[in-house]
Amino acid sequence: MNREEQWLLPEGVEEILPERAAVIEGLRRRLLDLYTRWGYELVFPPLIEFLESLLNGAGRDLERETFKLTDQLTGRMMGVRADITPQVARIDAHSLRRQGPSRLCYCSTALRTRIGLPGTSRIPYQVGVELFGHAGVDSDAEVISLMLATLAEAGARGVTLDLGHVGIYRELVRSAGLNDADEAALSDIYLRKARTELDAFIDERALPAPLAAALSALPWLAGEGALEKARALLAPASTAALDELAQVAELAARITASHPDVRVHIDLGELRGYHYHTGCLFAAYLDGASEPLAKGGRYDHIGEVFGRARPATGFSADLKLLADCQGAPVRAAGILAPAGADAALLAEIARLRAAGERVVQALPGADNDPAELRCDRELVFADQRWQLHSLSF
Amino acid sequence: MATERPLTIALSKGRILKETLPLLEKAGIAMLEDPEKSRKLVFDTTREDVRIIILRATDVPPYVQYGAADIGVAGKDVLMEHGAAGIYEPLDLDIARCKLMVAGPVNAEPVTGRLRVATKFVNVARRYFAASGRQADVIKLYGAMELAPIVGLADRIVDVVDTGNTLRANGLEPTELIAYISSRLIVNRASMKTRHADIQRIIDVMAAAVQARKAEASA
Repeated sequence: MNREEQWLLPEGVEEILPERAAVIEGLRRRLLDLYTRWGYELVFPPLIEFLESLLNGAGRDLERETFKLTDQLTGRMMGVRADITPQVARIDAHSLRRQGPSRLCYCSTALRTRIGLPGTSRIPYQVGVELFGHAGVDSDAEVISLMLATLAEAGARGVTLDLGHVGIYRELVRSAGLNDADEAALSDIYLRKARTELDAFIDERALPAPLAAALSALPWLAGEGALEKARALLAPASTAALDELAQVAELAARITASHPDVRVHIDLGELRGYHYHTGCLFAAYLDGASEPLAKGGRYDHIGEVFGRARPATGFSADLKLLADCQGAPVRAAGILAPAGADAALLAEIARLRAAGERVVQALPGADNDPAELRCDRELVFADQRWQLHSLSF
Repeated sequence: MATERPLTIALSKGRILKETLPLLEKAGIAMLEDPEKSRKLVFDTTREDVRIIILRATDVPPYVQYGAADIGVAGKDVLMEHGAAGIYEPLDLDIARCKLMVAGPVNAEPVTGRLRVATKFVNVARRYFAASGRQADVIKLYGAMELAPIVGLADRIVDVVDTGNTLRANGLEPTELIAYISSRLIVNRASMKTRHADIQRIIDVMAAAVQARKAEASA
């Protein structure tokens, strides 16, 4: 390793420098205030936990995403959280044990073993909310509305809300009596919307005609008119699937009415994260971005492994990516005060700081460059009083 | 709602380009100049909001995966090798058909112990041999696979086979079929959601054209 390489960060690991850090932190505060106003309480789950508790009830993918190490005290395996949602579910099930709904929010870093697409980090600064204890369209609608409010607070424009429901697929698979291997193959085909492979898969299995028709059409039940087409297709195949479809229709109608600026896109074949989700799935895509900026869904069974099954729905996003939605960088705002320990000067600096100003006091003998110190004004003693002069650079 | 970026279609030169352009024309998208005669990489089309970019075949999946292109055309072999996570494959264009196969010297003895396999499809080869419980050392090559068994670099090769003439000319024969290959229309997942109506219409028109061509061929 040469001298230069010593200072390089691992792939997918980044540091945040002052200007971007200020934007991210500003957004973090505004979002946590927003969640508080909506009745969501902040929790700080631990950075590290025993592996069993961390991975319980989570999808299989999470195991590979989790960094593991041995606890020197107990010899047991511990994991650094790769996703905060299961931790919050554990807190709801074990630590809070409330009878009624729990509304919780969090904002902490997670750590992932693998690198996703460019721009995604192995250390996401995960922000999100979870609502436990209510099954139904109302809690899903609340969480989606809060997700859209989050995007609006971040300054995101041109939002498409992708709306699906893994329950429809699950119902059809259950009715078809597919074994685990077949179901895994089929879900992979669905995730790729691979027409040829899907046709071959359906042809190879002797399924009742309505079920075969529904399974081969589901990935393309998307966009305009998807709900009507789905109703006609699902009616002969599965009545349970029709109920779930009604939930999607209701959610779509509510969001369309309350958020006329958001395009709602129905995709009934979407199975993202379905190992873990049980009901409605939603994701917010921005024009031109290849990954959703925020995503979530219903995951009603996660509490079971913690001894207390509670219906649950929530969303999460990477705060760093949310912060990138903000257009122009914040202008430098600060006051450069002269060096010295003069009581009147110190009093004036204290007064300005108390008034909420950012004041940087120059250090004697140092190069106090206002641009580098991000100051746009200067504190000057003139005409027998302290005055602020603007600086141009 | 109008989006700023033109709809971008990624194609590769050669067979795929030649056979895809007539299908795109049915969807009202035609190139304004002949890409085979130009050194340009980005081309305007008869639709102002659609552009076509010309890439190496193996680069089409990453362009579509990362959303630098909304739509692309890629061989199933290239998609299998790339992994194609998060890429939709909504249409088989039924062009550039061939087979992805294992081949070895004619009447070769079965290999005991570790098999040495030369290929440019290293991921596919690893997965294929692992799935059948065989240990294989995979050697990545960029071309002329047929040479590897002749000079003793490898016991077998994994490659796409069209007529099989090149294999025969070099004393090789195909032994195992890994997959039937044809070119697929691929779509970026986010584009499929944010520009659904436009993209779905292109898919539908091209699907109808593929069907018509099949019907014509069998008539």
